[in-house]
Amino acid sequence: MWEVLDLELIASGLRLSTPLILAALGGLFSERAGVVNIALDGIMIFGAFAGAVVAYETGNPWIGLLAAMLLGGFVAHIHGIASIRYQADQVVSGTAINLLAIGVPAVLANALYNSTTVTPNIQLMLPIIQIPIISDIPILATLLGKYSILVFFAFAMVPLTWFVIFKTSFGLRLRAVGENPEAAETAGINVYLMRYYAVWISGLLAGLGGAFLSIAHGSSYVNNISAGRGFIALAALIFGRYTPRLTLLGCMMFGIADAFQIRIQGVIPIPGQFIQMFPYVLTMVVLAGLIGRAQVPAADGIPYAQAK
Amino acid sequence: MFAVRLKRITKRFAQTLANDAVDINVRRETIHAIIGENGAGKTTIMEILYGFYQADAGEIELFGEKIEITNPQDAIRNGIGMVHQHFMLIPPMTVAENIILGMEPVSRSGVLQLAQAEEKIKKLSDEYGLEIDPQIKVENLSVGIQQRVEILKALYRDAEILILDEPTAVLTPLEVKEFFQILLRLKEQGKTIIIITHKLEEVLEISDDVSVMRNGKLVGELPTSEATANILANMMVGRDVLFELSKTSVTLGKQVLKVEDLCVMVDDKSRLKNISFELKEGEILGIAGVEGNGQTELVEVLTGLRKLDSGTVWYLGEDIANLSARKIREHRIAHIPADRKAHGFLTSYSNAENQILGFHYRPPFCRKNGFLNFANIKENAEKLLSKFDIRPPLPDISTGTLSGGNQQKVIVARELSQQPRLLIIAQPTRGIDIGAIEFIHQQILDLRSEKVAVLLVSAELEEIRSLSDRTLVMFEGEIAGEVNTDTFDMEKVGMMMTGHH
Amino acid sequence: MFMKKYEIFILPVVSVFAAMLVGAVLIFAVGENPLVVYWIFFKNSLFSLNGIGYTLFYATPLIFTGLSVAFGFRCGLFNIGAEGQLYVAAMAVTLSAIWMDGWSAWIVIPVCLTVSVVAGGIWGGIPGLLKARFGGHEVINTIMMNLIAFSLVNYLVVGPFHREGTQILETDFIPVAARIPRVHELIPIIPKTLPLNMGFVVALLACLVTYLILWKTRWGYEIRAVGISNSVSKYAGINVNKNMVMAMFIAGGFAGMVAIPEVMGYRYTFHDSFSAGVGFIGIAVALLGRNHPVGVILAALLFGALIRGSLFLDLNFDNLSKDLVMVLQGVIVLFVASDKLFKKLLSLVRIR
Repeated sequence: MWEVLDLELIASGLRLSTPLILAALGGLFSERAGVVNIALDGIMIFGAFAGAVVAYETGNPWIGLLAAMLLGGFVAHIHGIASIRYQADQVVSGTAINLLAIGVPAVLANALYNSTTVTPNIQLMLPIIQIPIISDIPILATLLGKYSILVFFAFAMVPLTWFVIFKTSFGLRLRAVGENPEAAETAGINVYLMRYYAVWISGLLAGLGGAFLSIAHGSSYVNNISAGRGFIALAALIFGRYTPRLTLLGCMMFGIADAFQIRIQGVIPIPGQFIQMFPYVLTMVVLAGLIGRAQVPAADGIPYAQAK
Repeated sequence: MFAVRLKRITKRFAQTLANDAVDINVRRETIHAIIGENGAGKTTIMEILYGFYQADAGEIELFGEKIEITNPQDAIRNGIGMVHQHFMLIPPMTVAENIILGMEPVSRSGVLQLAQAEEKIKKLSDEYGLEIDPQIKVENLSVGIQQRVEILKALYRDAEILILDEPTAVLTPLEVKEFFQILLRLKEQGKTIIIITHKLEEVLEISDDVSVMRNGKLVGELPTSEATANILANMMVGRDVLFELSKTSVTLGKQVLKVEDLCVMVDDKSRLKNISFELKEGEILGIAGVEGNGQTELVEVLTGLRKLDSGTVWYLGEDIANLSARKIREHRIAHIPADRKAHGFLTSYSNAENQILGFHYRPPFCRKNGFLNFANIKENAEKLLSKFDIRPPLPDISTGTLSGGNQQKVIVARELSQQPRLLIIAQPTRGIDIGAIEFIHQQILDLRSEKVAVLLVSAELEEIRSLSDRTLVMFEGEIAGEVNTDTFDMEKVGMMMTGHH
Repeated sequence: MFMKKYEIFILPVVSVFAAMLVGAVLIFAVGENPLVVYWIFFKNSLFSLNGIGYTLFYATPLIFTGLSVAFGFRCGLFNIGAEGQLYVAAMAVTLSAIWMDGWSAWIVIPVCLTVSVVAGGIWGGIPGLLKARFGGHEVINTIMMNLIAFSLVNYLVVGPFHREGTQILETDFIPVAARIPRVHELIPIIPKTLPLNMGFVVALLACLVTYLILWKTRWGYEIRAVGISNSVSKYAGINVNKNMVMAMFIAGGFAGMVAIPEVMGYRYTFHDSFSAGVGFIGIAVALLGRNHPVGVILAALLFGALIRGSLFLDLNFDNLSKDLVMVLQGVIVLFVASDKLFKKLLSLVRIR
């Protein structure tokens, strides 16, 4: 069993953590602004679907990527309208999105391709980058050699997110809105608008994360393509105390666990289903707070009524 | 010349007329006080000036010019700044971040220029004597210093007119003195200040003019030099206020409560240090002090809501330390909490349901098989609703729809209905109309006559003075001093509240 | 402001209409006529004895999962785990029944009923415990428990307990002693093909029990109190943690009772993925039914009718499948959740 623990495992792990990172960072923006986003999983599904369908129809994965982001943003916007403007319970409206994610892609896939569970394979996936010099150095070749462009993008998003959240005025206002929306409003900030921005960003990123699953890592949309990754991303975010760096750590942890689970199947006598459970159990353990309680933004999850 | 003239401002919220054709005239470079009771409309009219609300009728004039203020940005642009009663600060952010929020200095790409901001803040703080370190997180500041941050927020935006809503509500007497110095300094530098308050003594001490409001109307406006406490109180309430409650003398009974060396630590900080006191039947023991000095923790320990770290609590000869809240109640210790919404009642439960809260699991309200006895519950509710004059006296409407005073009465009715031997009551009259205040005070005195022991925690010194037989003053988790009713001296108590013995 | 009795119905009714409107748009987008589609829906679900029978049949598990989610909500907990809870309970009931082969029905049936509640209860109680002790958010934990449950029962039905000699993913059949009667065995007019069984009666009883517990007993008083405010409940001496765990256990138990109409009354075996989202639809049922047993029954009937009707979509239309129902649910949940929308609608109605 231990032969599985090699550099290839870490490489797979990093690859598999990509959708988690994207979704988790999206969730970070949203939660920091005070909007709980349980719909990350559903948005990933929508993103995966849009990405696969559009990439197939147009033959161009980049347009598929764009479609995934746009649909993700749109779906997130619906969540935003319900929970920001109409003060719906944010967990409930997020769940509604997840329910829609089970139904809408299936209906559309059936209408388009006569199958409720898969879309056709795309011909052209997103490019895989091979950094020239590095692919010749032995260890680094395995670790950094062959990754889809999205992987690099996801990892680059981490410091970028950190910078935006903590070093720009946009980030300052975002955090203010999530901690004390009343105070932010007194300071002249449009709380609703900031929250919409945050929700849109979370939609774009989560949609992107979903697209990774269907046009970079895989080559089509399949039923249950997310396998609960949106929720695992949320767990990673909580583990990471809503900060980009620790969240990255959490995502990598889950990514490697996922890679481990795939590789170990068949190698040891435990049935595949039990190994599959491993990331889920890990999530529950993480949430049981053995890492301590996160500093949740004070107004997270509480609908805010803007004064007239 | 007037800095601000509010002319015939009228504002209606649903059923209530919050402001009824109110005129307020604030002279330039003065400190102008607006006083009134809770619900008089003073905060509302200032929030109209600050742009939070729009008046339904009336005009606003600034320095002789009529202007429209549709939102706080307009107000800020016109040089008006407001410091609210509940600070609008973001605790995990630094002083500088809080001050610049909303008008952050940024580079072309949106990057924060904190150094620039900190420089300006330093300049302002020197100019107005508001010492502060811009890099400290607000959550690590004392309340008095947090207030300075709020003032700096307004000054940073070049405010000429400062509105302060109940600024001394959470300050110790020493902090109040410092605060007054700051106000005078601001006035010297040419600012105009409007204070909303209900504290007569402070109005008389610091303001130049005072406007009195009652029930949404302006009752009168006069220079402070022509005002006295009685005149103002009369205008505020509409009749001569009873400053003294009639207290008969009661012979004390046996010891009911004995606390010895009580210590409580929270997050490595000591919240209660060696608290010791006794309480006898028929005695009202007041606990005075500014909120946040350990009173909450003391009440929580005594009512089973918090575990103590060391010390003993004897109740009628039994050690009740660390008993559950339910067991405490079963020992006939009643608790009327400081925050009624967070502790006292369930907003969507009916009056009848709230009146059995805490006793719902046993006879007469619950049968042995677990089913509730609705006949008894209804009877209990009707009895209490009429005895305590709760309006409307309907058992089946939800308590959340009642006024603050009536909600408090529901809680008082419930706690007293179980014939307690010890009553612990905290901030009983916060946010309540005067009629309910008088009623509740009388209830407390009646209990005293019935030989019940009462522990009264309050931040209102007047309330403590008129009700307690003895008073302990708490400061930073310790008992700073003790006074009897006869030796009750406001100034002495005030000193104890800030740690001077 | 007091709510007049009928006003409670406004939001659910409007939500349903709104959902049907959105559904209509979707139907139109794939090239079909919404009116025809909805007509097919209702013709086959409400306008024939068979139709009504099937509607009740599909509604039965929804009543259980609706109660499950509603009960959780009453304690302030969001139970998304009904799907996993019902699978675990169904497997537990199936295996117990098979194990008790040869025993009398007088023992087997009560034991199976108990197992269904306890198994589901444990599966719900675990996230409840995690929330009470560690503050772990029950939403994510119940979702994780779902995913774990799916893997677990899948393993069992594919592996050790797979019925020999068949490709179908099912366990052995449960003994006759463990089966509960179909309705047509008791009422002759009912068509023999109708799988509606006594589980429906149990469901109605469960509603009654829910009502009694929540509003007539001290335990319900405490559970609802905890759902309204943890802090007030603590002050009142109510043990918040204990109530949370109990509520999740009971909620899990209700979900587990789906095993009764499904396994004991219909399939007589554990069939892989038999549920098709009943646990998730329960969320919509609870919300639409305003977390009240009567509302749950009504909402379950509505969704039962929709599911029944949706089965005819595949037959009659090329471009539609039964997944449309999931879309309708999602929209309903969105609308029902939007508080302020509710108040806006309420004020509109009041003006009239």
